[in-house]
Amino acid sequence: MSEKSPVIELRNVDKSFGPIDVLHDISLKVSAGEVLCLLGDNGAGKSTLIKILAGVHQPTRGNILMDGEEIALNRPRDAQGRGIATVHQFGGTYPLMSIGRNFFMGVEPTKGFGPIRVFDRKKANQIAVEQVQSMGITRITDGDRLVGGLSGGERQSLAIARAVYFGARVLILDEPTAALGVKQAAHVLKIVNEAKRRGLAVIFITHQVMHAMAVGDHFAVLIRGSIAADFQKGEKSREDISDLMAGGESMAELEAKIEN
Amino acid sequence: MVAPPTSTKISFGSIMRNPAAGAFMGFALVFIMFAIFGYQRNFLSVGGVSTWVNFASTVGMIAIPVGFLMIAGELDISTGAVLPASAMTVAITSGYFELPIMVGIIAALSVGALIGWVNGMIVTRTQVPSFIVTLATLFAVAGLTLSLSIFFINTTQTSLNAPEWAKALFGGRALGGFRSSVFWWLGMVGVFVYFLHYSPWGNWVFALGGDQESARNAGIPTRRLKIALFMLCSTSTAFAGVLQTIQFNAATSQANFGMIFNTIIAVVVGGALLTGGFGTVLGIVFGTLTLSVVQQGIGYTQIDRNLSFLIIGVMLLVAVLMNETFRKLATNWSTSKKKK
Ligand SMILES: Nc1ncnc2c1ncn2[C@@H]1O[C@H](COP(=O)(O)OP(=O)(O)OP(=O)(O)O)[C@@H](O)[C@H]1O
Ligand SMILES: [Mg+2]
Repeated sequence: MSEKSPVIELRNVDKSFGPIDVLHDISLKVSAGEVLCLLGDNGAGKSTLIKILAGVHQPTRGNILMDGEEIALNRPRDAQGRGIATVHQFGGTYPLMSIGRNFFMGVEPTKGFGPIRVFDRKKANQIAVEQVQSMGITRITDGDRLVGGLSGGERQSLAIARAVYFGARVLILDEPTAALGVKQAAHVLKIVNEAKRRGLAVIFITHQVMHAMAVGDHFAVLIRGSIAADFQKGEKSREDISDLMAGGESMAELEAKIEN
Repeated sequence: MVAPPTSTKISFGSIMRNPAAGAFMGFALVFIMFAIFGYQRNFLSVGGVSTWVNFASTVGMIAIPVGFLMIAGELDISTGAVLPASAMTVAITSGYFELPIMVGIIAALSVGALIGWVNGMIVTRTQVPSFIVTLATLFAVAGLTLSLSIFFINTTQTSLNAPEWAKALFGGRALGGFRSSVFWWLGMVGVFVYFLHYSPWGNWVFALGGDQESARNAGIPTRRLKIALFMLCSTSTAFAGVLQTIQFNAATSQANFGMIFNTIIAVVVGGALLTGGFGTVLGIVFGTLTLSVVQQGIGYTQIDRNLSFLIIGVMLLVAVLMNETFRKLATNWSTSKKKK
C-alpha cells in the first residue's frame, strides 16, 4: 500500500510567522488509501502544518508536491481546486446562515440563464441534508434551518460532511472528534476508513490515542515544530504512542504528577 | 411577502426567522400612528407621502450598501463627506467648467469609487477598525472638498443647471411629486436584493460577517470582496450626491453629518445586526421608510415636530433589542422544533 507514489508530500518545509519559528524541516508523505495521524502536544504546530496544505499559509522554505510534482498553494482556492478538502480546528460554519448555504459556502450551486445566476437553494438544501444524514445526524431534515440552532457536534458533522463531499484526493481533518459524542466520533472514524477505501489520502489530527490507533496507518509526531517520530502501524506500542503524544513525557510520570 | 430565500411554507417559524418581518411591523406601527395623528393634516395626501418618500430615496440608496458593510462586519461613516464631495465634483465639472453633464457624473462617481477603494485598502491591509478608518476619511475628504472648492472656484458652493434630458432623468418629478431619485432607488433595491439574497456573492457577504477566518479558509476572496463593498457604498453615495445636485441645481461642500446617522439608523431599524452576519435588503428599506416618516412625515401630523428625535431615539433602542431577540429566536427556533 505504501509503495504507491505519494499523493501529497512536504519536503523540508519551514514556517515562521515573522520572528516566530513554528515548523522546522518537515518532510512527510501520504499515499492514496492511507491515513496519516498527526500527533503532538498543544502548540506543536499541527494546525499550522495542515494550513500549509490547505493553502491558508505558505511555507517559508521547502516544497509541496502532489503526485510527485511541485505545486504552489497560494490560496485556499488552489488547494480546493486540486481536491484537497480541509476541516479546520475552529469555525467552518456560520451560525446565522442556513445549513444549505453553509454547506456550499464558496462553491454555490446556481441556476438561471446567461449571466443571471441564482443560488439554487433547493439543490443545495437537498444535497446538504443528504450528506449530513449520511454522517449519522438523522435529526437534520430541513436545509433551511440556521446552523446556530444546531449543537456543536452537529455543526462539526456538517463541516466534515462538507469536506468529504468536496475532497476528491486529500481529506484533512484537524481534531474532528474533539466536540463529538462517542457515537458520532465512531461515525467519523468510520468515515475516515471509508475515505481511505475510496483511495483518498487522509491526514487526521487527534489528541486521543484510541482514535489514532483505530484508523492510522502511519503516524507522525510533532514536538515543538519538528518531527520527533515517524512510524508505521504496529511499529510502536500504545504506551509509546501516548508518551509521544504527551510531548515526550512518559504517561506514567504525568499520572504521578496528577496524583500529587 | 418579505421573504428572502427561507422556507417556502409560511409558518410562524419562518416569519419569526425572517429579520425583515420585524422591520415591516415597526414601519406599519409607525405609519398607522402617524396616519391617525396626521389624517387632518394631509399626511396621506400625495404631497405628504412624496415628501417622506423622496427623503427616503436618498437615505435608502446609501443605507443599503452601508447595510451590506454592516452585514460583512464593517462600518462606513465616510458617507457624510462623500456626498458633498461628489456633489461639488459634478457641479464644478459640469457647472463651473461647463463640461458635458455625463463627464461630471462620471467624475463624481469616480471620486466616490476612489474614496471607497482607499477605505477598503486601509481596512483590509491594517488591523484598524473600519469605524476609525472611515472616521478619518470622513474628515480628510470633508476638508479636501472645502479646500479644493476654494482652490478651483473660490467659493464653497455653486450651482449647476443640467440640460433638460438630464434633469428629467436624474432630477425630475413624476406622479404628482415623486422625485426621479425614488425610481432610481427602487431599481437599485431590485439589484441589491438580487445581489444579497439570490446571487452567490450574497452568501459571501454574510460569511464575511459571520466568521471571516472561516470564509477565507473556504476560499472566499475576503479582501477583494470587502474592498468592493466599500467601493459600492461610496459610489452609491456619490450617485445620491449627483441626483441631489441635479434636483436642486446646487451643491455645497459642507459635510452632511446627518446622513451618517440616518443611514446607520435605517440599517439598524431595518433589522441588521451591528455585530454582522445578519440582515436583509427589504428590512433596510422598511427601516429607511420608518425613519423618513418620523423625520419628514411628522410635519404633516399634529405631533410636535420636536418629538421626532425622541421618537427616533426610542425606536433605535427598541430595534436593537428586537434584533437581538430575533437573533436568539432565529438560532433557537430550530432547536426546539427538531423533535420529529
Ligand atoms: N498566525 C500566527 N502568527 C503567529 N504565531 C502563530 C500563528 N499561528 C500559529 N502560531 C503559533 O504557532 C504555534 C503552533 O500553533 P498550532 O495552532 O499549529 O498548534 P497545534 O499543534 O495545532 O496545537 P493544538 O493542539 O492546541 O491545536 C503556536 O505557538 C502558535 O502560537
Ligand atoms: Mg491545532
